[in-house]
Amino acid sequence: MKFQRIFAIIERDMRKFFRSPALMMSSMIFPLMQLIVLGYAFGGKIKGIKIAVVDEDRSAASRDVRQRFDAIVAGPQTMKIEDYNSLSDAETDLRTGFVRAVVYIPVDFSRRMEEGNRPRIAFIEDNTDNFVTSELLTRMQSLVQDINQGLNPFQPGQRLAVAAPRLNPLVDLQIVEVYPYIEYIKYLLSGSIAMSIFIVAMIGGGITFIDDKSRGLHEGYLVTPIKKSELILGLIFSGAFKGLMAGTTITLIGGLIAGISRLWDPVRLVYLGMVLTTTSVAMLSFMFLLMVRVSDPLVPRAIFGVLNTLLYFPSGAIYPIEGFPVWLRWISYIDPFTYAVHGLKALLLKDAGFQAIYSDVLILIGFSVVLVGLSVAFFRRQI
Amino acid sequence: MNTENNNAIEVIKLKKQFGDFVAVNEVSFSVHTGEIFGLLGPNGAGKTTLIRMMTTLTPPTSGKAVVGGHDVVSDADGVRHAIGVIPQALTSDPELTARENMAIHAKLYGLTSAERQRLIPSLLESVGLTEFADKLVGSFSGGMRPRLEIARGLVHSPKILFLDEPTTGLDPVSRTAVWEMINKLKESAGLTILLTTHYMDEADRLCDRIAIVDHGLLAALDTPTRLKDSVPGTDIVKAEFDNPPANWNAALEKLDGVSTVTAQDGVTHIASNSGPLTVGALMDLAREHHVGVRRVSVQGTTLDDVFLYYTGRQLREAASETLRRDLSHLYK
Repeated sequence: MKFQRIFAIIERDMRKFFRSPALMMSSMIFPLMQLIVLGYAFGGKIKGIKIAVVDEDRSAASRDVRQRFDAIVAGPQTMKIEDYNSLSDAETDLRTGFVRAVVYIPVDFSRRMEEGNRPRIAFIEDNTDNFVTSELLTRMQSLVQDINQGLNPFQPGQRLAVAAPRLNPLVDLQIVEVYPYIEYIKYLLSGSIAMSIFIVAMIGGGITFIDDKSRGLHEGYLVTPIKKSELILGLIFSGAFKGLMAGTTITLIGGLIAGISRLWDPVRLVYLGMVLTTTSVAMLSFMFLLMVRVSDPLVPRAIFGVLNTLLYFPSGAIYPIEGFPVWLRWISYIDPFTYAVHGLKALLLKDAGFQAIYSDVLILIGFSVVLVGLSVAFFRRQI
Repeated sequence: MNTENNNAIEVIKLKKQFGDFVAVNEVSFSVHTGEIFGLLGPNGAGKTTLIRMMTTLTPPTSGKAVVGGHDVVSDADGVRHAIGVIPQALTSDPELTARENMAIHAKLYGLTSAERQRLIPSLLESVGLTEFADKLVGSFSGGMRPRLEIARGLVHSPKILFLDEPTTGLDPVSRTAVWEMINKLKESAGLTILLTTHYMDEADRLCDRIAIVDHGLLAALDTPTRLKDSVPGTDIVKAEFDNPPANWNAALEKLDGVSTVTAQDGVTHIASNSGPLTVGALMDLAREHHVGVRRVSVQGTTLDDVFLYYTGRQLREAASETLRRDLSHLYK
């Protein structure tokens, strides 16, 4: 194997790359847009959900409940309260979408409260939106817990579900959060970085490779003494270098947008470099193996979306793998995206050290070695 | 290089089969060191498949080819070092400059920096591209690109140069420029050149020897002059007649000096030892049989006549037949 030939292929690709900045731009714009739009769309706290309150009891006790809702409106602003006189009107508006839930305080609420006979409040919800339902349920459970514990209504700035029971509980659960609150945009950043490398691999390793092949440019190289392994390694390394540049750019720009703390820590940057480099090589090797026998320029364009869905979503970039069915978990195990996202999350969200990423790095290296070997075996040097 | 028998290329019963289709059928020939050898035939005749087998791009189904002393199957790397190839598709990178294309190609052949510095400018100069050396190849005109391809194919100083249809698609001025360059290369660098073409004038003007290829078979092989001499008759009389009788061609064949008579597209080709005498006799015969003569001309034997003689059809006819075959799926 002659390194001069590998470097010649890398030089050729890099010169072409720097003459078409559109590739670099397109590989970064999509992941950045996705990070910003999805990050802010999913990351924000849900506010202003319209709730209908039907108070048929109209007692001091029911007014206390009503007051607690007002406190939520004034505090975290999760809800907007609309008072209804009849349950049926409220239910009609729930079904037509004017309100997302109905709180019904029945006429016997105060009497049962005085009797200690399990006073009831009905919470009728539109459960078609899991995110809204989950947020409302948390608020309602907290509100009921506060009533049961005789706490004062929620005050602005006060934390919910403060564990201060009036009676001695059997179990006292203390919750300790290891990391500060992670906004969704930070959670999403690792996936966006991996996505930028994937796009470079798709355009540089897939589309450009097949286009050059169909234009006959490869024939010019195949008549020279270059070996299969030299040509493949040259193409993979040049693509990986482009992927590394895109990944680094998104790490830094995305990190600033998402507000990652201590982004410039040199040790962490070295670890990030390791994950980004191995991810780039693995992605390019993966792409090259897929394209090694393809000659139709339409194929990489046609499978772009399929690959994106198949690699990005099962990786845990936007939802935890633990929530996947078994068959989807298996896809995530053989998906290089998974290890890239895991390593990047460990570094960017947890500020972890080498111990947290070495298994990802090793898996990505092993992945690359196997894929390059298969690519060399399957590559046809003859036409 | 095989110097013992003075042959740069030896092709022995070379065959290439794609499924049921035989593209090249047990073709044998030799190319002498230092000559320009032409493979002449219509599109689809098997020329490109032949050249691809000789340049290690396509493995032969059977047979043997030794190029520059190296077997194309057992010593493909040796062949690749010995040859320069200018494929039919232009393979230089349009996104790179001419100099960059040359440099990257030189590196693939392992040339040192000093060798590259010395060779690339002189090669670019020899193909008249010095002032365009740092221009992107994508901005080159149609005639400049093949010249760059030739310079790039010579960057490692090969002994044998393969050119697959080097002037296809070029305007007449560019074609002439490429022809001059090929002639200059042969004289100055002592190269052995094998080119494929479907242009008669190109083969006639450039090649020391020509192999006529049709339907994957070698129909004839010799120098252009000898090929022309091999066609019976030194002159070809071409005539068009009005209402000739049924036995008209047979009557023409009986004229003094006439060797063969063939008809193509309403034109009668009469091979004769003396064109002017045959024209006189032909006019007398036409008057005698009340046959009108619309047009008559005399010319020396051309390669077109050679192709017609050896393959039974004209080159343009063969080309259109190939085109019809290629497009036949459209009419199913």
